[in-house]
Amino acid sequence: MKRVYVNEEVCLGCHLCEFECAYANSGAPDETGRPNNMFKAFNGPKTPVARIRVEEGEMRGDDRICFAVSCRHCETPYCVEGCITGALSVEDGVIKIDDERCIGCRTCTVMCPYGCLVYSDHHTMLKCELCLENSTGSPACVQACPNRAIVYEERQ
Amino acid sequence: MGINYLYPQYEIHRDPMRCIKCRVCERQCANEVHHYDEELDVMIADEASCVDCQRCVSMCPTRALKIVKTDNTFKENANWKQDTIEEVYRQASTGGVLLSSMGNPKDYPVYWDKILINASQVTNPSIDPLREPMETKVFLGKKPSSLKMDKKGKIVSEIPPQIELELPIMFSAMSYGSISENAHKSLARAATALGTCYNTGEGGLNKELYQYGPNTIVQVASGRFGVHEDYLKAGAAIEIKMGQGAKPGIGGHLPGRKIGAKVSETRMIPEGCDAISPAPHHDIYSIEDLRQLIFSLKEATNYEKPVIVKIAAVHNVAAIASGIARSGADVIAIDGYRGGTGAAPTRIRDNVGIPIELALAAVDQRLRDEKIRNDISIVVGGSIRSSADVVKAIALGADACYIGTSALLALGCHLCRSCQSGKCNWGIATQREDLVKRLNPEIGSERLANLLTAWNHEIKEMMGGMGINSIEALKGNRLMLRGIGLTEKELEILGIKHAGE
Amino acid sequence: MKKDSNMEENTIRTQYLVIGNSAAGIGAVQGIRSVDPSGQLLLLSDEPHHTYSRPLISYWLQGRVEPENMVYRDTDFYDDNGVTALLGPDYRVESIDGENKTAKLANGQTVVFDKAVIASGSAPFVPPIGGLETAQDDFTFTKLADAQGVRDVVDRVNEEGRQPKVVILGAGLIGLKAAEALNDQAESIIIIDLAPRVLPSVLTEGTAGYVQEILADRGLDFRLGRSIASIGDHQVTLSDDETLPYDVLILAAGTRPAVGFAKEAGIECGRGILTDEHQETNMAGIYAAGDCTDSMDISSGQVRNMAVLPNAFMQGQTAGVSMAGEEAVYDKGFPVNSLGLLGFYMLSAGSYTGDELVVNDGECVKHFFLGDDRLNGFIIFGDCPRAGIYTDLIRNKTDLAGIDTDRLFREPGIMAFGTQARAAKVARPH
Repeated sequence: MKRVYVNEEVCLGCHLCEFECAYANSGAPDETGRPNNMFKAFNGPKTPVARIRVEEGEMRGDDRICFAVSCRHCETPYCVEGCITGALSVEDGVIKIDDERCIGCRTCTVMCPYGCLVYSDHHTMLKCELCLENSTGSPACVQACPNRAIVYEERQ
Repeated sequence: MGINYLYPQYEIHRDPMRCIKCRVCERQCANEVHHYDEELDVMIADEASCVDCQRCVSMCPTRALKIVKTDNTFKENANWKQDTIEEVYRQASTGGVLLSSMGNPKDYPVYWDKILINASQVTNPSIDPLREPMETKVFLGKKPSSLKMDKKGKIVSEIPPQIELELPIMFSAMSYGSISENAHKSLARAATALGTCYNTGEGGLNKELYQYGPNTIVQVASGRFGVHEDYLKAGAAIEIKMGQGAKPGIGGHLPGRKIGAKVSETRMIPEGCDAISPAPHHDIYSIEDLRQLIFSLKEATNYEKPVIVKIAAVHNVAAIASGIARSGADVIAIDGYRGGTGAAPTRIRDNVGIPIELALAAVDQRLRDEKIRNDISIVVGGSIRSSADVVKAIALGADACYIGTSALLALGCHLCRSCQSGKCNWGIATQREDLVKRLNPEIGSERLANLLTAWNHEIKEMMGGMGINSIEALKGNRLMLRGIGLTEKELEILGIKHAGE
Repeated sequence: MKKDSNMEENTIRTQYLVIGNSAAGIGAVQGIRSVDPSGQLLLLSDEPHHTYSRPLISYWLQGRVEPENMVYRDTDFYDDNGVTALLGPDYRVESIDGENKTAKLANGQTVVFDKAVIASGSAPFVPPIGGLETAQDDFTFTKLADAQGVRDVVDRVNEEGRQPKVVILGAGLIGLKAAEALNDQAESIIIIDLAPRVLPSVLTEGTAGYVQEILADRGLDFRLGRSIASIGDHQVTLSDDETLPYDVLILAAGTRPAVGFAKEAGIECGRGILTDEHQETNMAGIYAAGDCTDSMDISSGQVRNMAVLPNAFMQGQTAGVSMAGEEAVYDKGFPVNSLGLLGFYMLSAGSYTGDELVVNDGECVKHFFLGDDRLNGFIIFGDCPRAGIYTDLIRNKTDLAGIDTDRLFREPGIMAFGTQARAAKVARPH
């Protein structure tokens, strides 16, 4: 299946993916043109939370290694298997989280090998669901990446 | 410190109703213009270092930024314009030669924009390139004066080596060092995909790029950087660089800080050591000397590679070209004064050389008059900005064009003309690793290929309009051109009639 | 399963029998169905509920989870997976016959199966205490019914216009989760444990005091190193003669693997049922998974009972796949716990052997246990996003040489790994 992959060679560490991810999942309305809505989303009562995170290495000369990490949608998803409430599930290969059923117990945090579950501000966990059900329709991080460091494709 | 006479040229306008303080502008500006103030929770800009490269503007997710020219004005003076005064201030404060980059920005005439292209009506009907074959393939090199064929029609004459191009546009010489590895990779991959050539410039050829050899022109310049047998044999042709349109008569200087490990290895010079290309080739003081170098290179490559001689368009360019045509070169490349550069003294860039349009017309005419036009192909560069410029150049007599600046624009360059700083925010004219990786060669090569694919469509469209179905039939076909707003003298040099004639 | 043709009076025939309706049982169902989408599958439980999450009972009692969200799988789970679920005390398995592949139910019915998995979980252990038989309003705390019982008493006391006094025996996971649930609803909570420290199964001796202080600060009252000597009328007397009145008494001294009928059937048991790496017991065709089993803890190399939910599910899944005839191995067992108590989080995994390294990153305090360039285990106090990266080191017995452990132990991230390992993690499918 198509997944989000990262090529650290061309990741700029600009963090746009994080902001676009947070915005895409903020539930902000999408009728009056994107830029203002993004402003609205980030100035609303709840700060949008990104499901993707850019890791930055130490400076080596002029450069540092950067790359973004989001849910790998593992075939053996330890988070799902470990979830004590059944809030995490796999649907057509996509690992989803049911906000209603999650109690924020952090079991998935301690299970996920990649550190891809994040806390929301309302006691539940959030994760990348590939933007398949928000207004973006496909991963916002990939769309936003200025340098194709994040791609959404099939890989073997 | 004293008084700072210089007011920042640009102002950064940040719309607070759009800015989300994501700090992308801060992270992306190598000039450190933007920064986030935690205490005030706002983004702040120090415009003094802004070069208006537009990187922050392009990256801002909410389009909160725009950069505008400052309206702070010195007292108006038609003779002493503000930028002239500022240059005086700058030199008075530093005592140095002013440096700048990319092409001559001054308001000299652009002859391309004063030439119009013909189209067929009624007689000699136009051709629809979507329905009929249209040939844009070009062979560069010496053409034999006669052809012998055997009974089956197979050519038996010995044909001198040729450069075969699918379209009449090549990427001009830009050295590895002046531009980044990723810019080079983008050019190499695009040239390969398009069936044309890119040019190493005088910076040598990194081993990783040998795979693109059939689409590479390797350059030999006065510094001889990175020249060795494998290098000469790696490319499709060898170019001897005698001059460059942006800085005719002077050499080049790549500062030591841009000579990192890889550039050092490729150029075959020590790391951190300034790379100085002398103004002249120290072994060339005559056409005869040039001929010696040409044949040395041909000898070294078994007479399999065409040799290009590149010169800047200068006053007596026609006579020089005539000499080059007789020196054994297969192609002459002429670079006009609007051609780009990674760094040049401002005075040279802005005041030396002549327009490529006039140089081309003069050279083509001279070679024709001397009946040696078939002995050599002509390639022109120095601000070819569009497919229309290409069509006009070919009708004026060129075999093909070199594009440099247009190619860099395709890669993201915004012509901020600050290449000499080495802090190109677009990852093009820099060796700083964090900046180089901003140019993903996969994207760069796609954009370059897109650009030339689009241009080639347009060239076919314009050719079809003229009722011409091959580049060969357009070449030197000056009847297809008319001047507009030009003097008799200009029309005479260009060898074209005025519109209406 | 076709009831009409296959179920004669007192006999039910099934291809697969799953005994248990919690994580391991559900894991087994999913495991079976991942291989065999249609084989007859019977699931039995002595509780009358749709599969629900046991750990959620404290959240339910606390009022943080709506009753409908107690389900461990969607309500159409059985239908979607072709499961015949027989739920309630009638369907309690009384005995199992490994030779003839039959199970006897409390209602007298017999189940004839091809393959079975025992996922009977654990049962609360209540120590012998004087007066226990006549005690009132005392509860164990492992099932929904227990929580419902507590709820009723709390409601009753509330109706009297006051808040209940709560006494909890056991300062382990269950006791403390019960304490958390009632903390805002109780007049007082006193926790008694014979052990001198809290959370003996999760914490080290060195860290228990720290946690106890934090919990005490948040309102819990401890009586450690003591036991309940006797229970009277709504009061307990401790071994040091202190008398504590209570409205609710929760007995959470521990649990034991529920191995009764398995042991009687001759299935080999240690503390729990013993299985091979496919989760099969010594009786061919009979598997076991979850809290009722003992299994290999790869972090310590010892076979032990690890009653933690993720393991239970994975063991169940392994059993299910194996039962359906495909190769599956469970070799990733080790304790993993995430425990939030009154807003204070503790994450732990593995075993606490080897050299202890303590890292305070400002957000949380991490205790790592290291040996032979491997991470054996960790305990983290405070909220530590991405702690699973540490867990994965234990799971894969990752050689720490070649990893920037200074960085990793300070800040869990993929960056600490080498270029190849990073690419394997973020640029390849998993």
